[in-house]
Amino acid sequence: MKFIKFLFFGILFGITLTKAEVISWYRIYEMFRFQSFHMYGVIGSAVVLGIIIIQIIKRKQIKSIEGNPITIEPKEKSVVRYLVGGIIFGFGWALTGACPGPLFTLVGNGVSVMLVAIASATLGTYVYGILKNHLPH
Amino acid sequence: MEFISQPWPWYVAGPLIAFIMLSLLLSGKRFGLSSNLRSMCSIMGAGKHCEFFDFNWKAQSWNLIFAVGLIAGGFIANQWMGADGVNISQQTIAELENMGVINPGQSMVPSELFSWDNLLTIKGLIAVILGGFLVGFGARYAGGCTSGHAISGLSDLQLPSLIAVIGFFIGGLAITYFVTPFLLNL
Repeated sequence: MKFIKFLFFGILFGITLTKAEVISWYRIYEMFRFQSFHMYGVIGSAVVLGIIIIQIIKRKQIKSIEGNPITIEPKEKSVVRYLVGGIIFGFGWALTGACPGPLFTLVGNGVSVMLVAIASATLGTYVYGILKNHLPH
Repeated sequence: MEFISQPWPWYVAGPLIAFIMLSLLLSGKRFGLSSNLRSMCSIMGAGKHCEFFDFNWKAQSWNLIFAVGLIAGGFIANQWMGADGVNISQQTIAELENMGVINPGQSMVPSELFSWDNLLTIKGLIAVILGGFLVGFGARYAGGCTSGHAISGLSDLQLPSLIAVIGFFIGGLAITYFVTPFLLNL
């Protein structure tokens, strides 16, 4: 039962991604061509509000419902893994027109061929895991 | 009710996404969808021969439920909330028509690239299979995807996330400018 709320949050997120057309390949194409403010508005307003939310959580030391302090682990310092990994992710994002969240939501929208993209992304994750120790980080 | 069936503007969607991130934080969780792909590898037994997948994925099962919700939310919006067609700019429509896309924006994705019929064409293989592979590989290499880095990481003012997001854009711009026009004409 404790998982019900995550199902609910996921449904809300899936509806939002669909209704704001964030799952559309066309919107991602348009974003990378700088032909509309829409995607920048979606991500930008989420981040601006997110910064305010996290600053409030930190300053007021707000705890989670389980009573634990909310901490966001700082990512390890590096440039190579974020830049190279990020560029590879960007290649995939522009080709499929979807990042991992929208891949799931597209399946719900009836674009069932995206199940193949999810399987392929899982394979990509697996290959990364195998090669991890041989890649610069 | 009219609002429900219309496309939602950015100033509705962005705050909702921030609200979902806040809800997960208050539940003691972190927003990040690509972690599910690692869990799926682990569930299929990859942890037996690869240390990277040898972790307690059950602690992440809430995130898999969250992903199931994403599928269900897509279905609900598609069936009952009038999600049909995409409101892209006239400039984008004209440009894609010139590249041979039929009726750009009339459906969520161009069927030339994303359909079972075209999956085994060169276009489909590149867009769906290669694209999906790079999303999974790149997200784990970079330590996160759009939700983990662009939303959560930037909200926490983390420099690594900014570097990753700059990488997302370098990669995305390169494909969109140099590959997509050729891909659509294959």
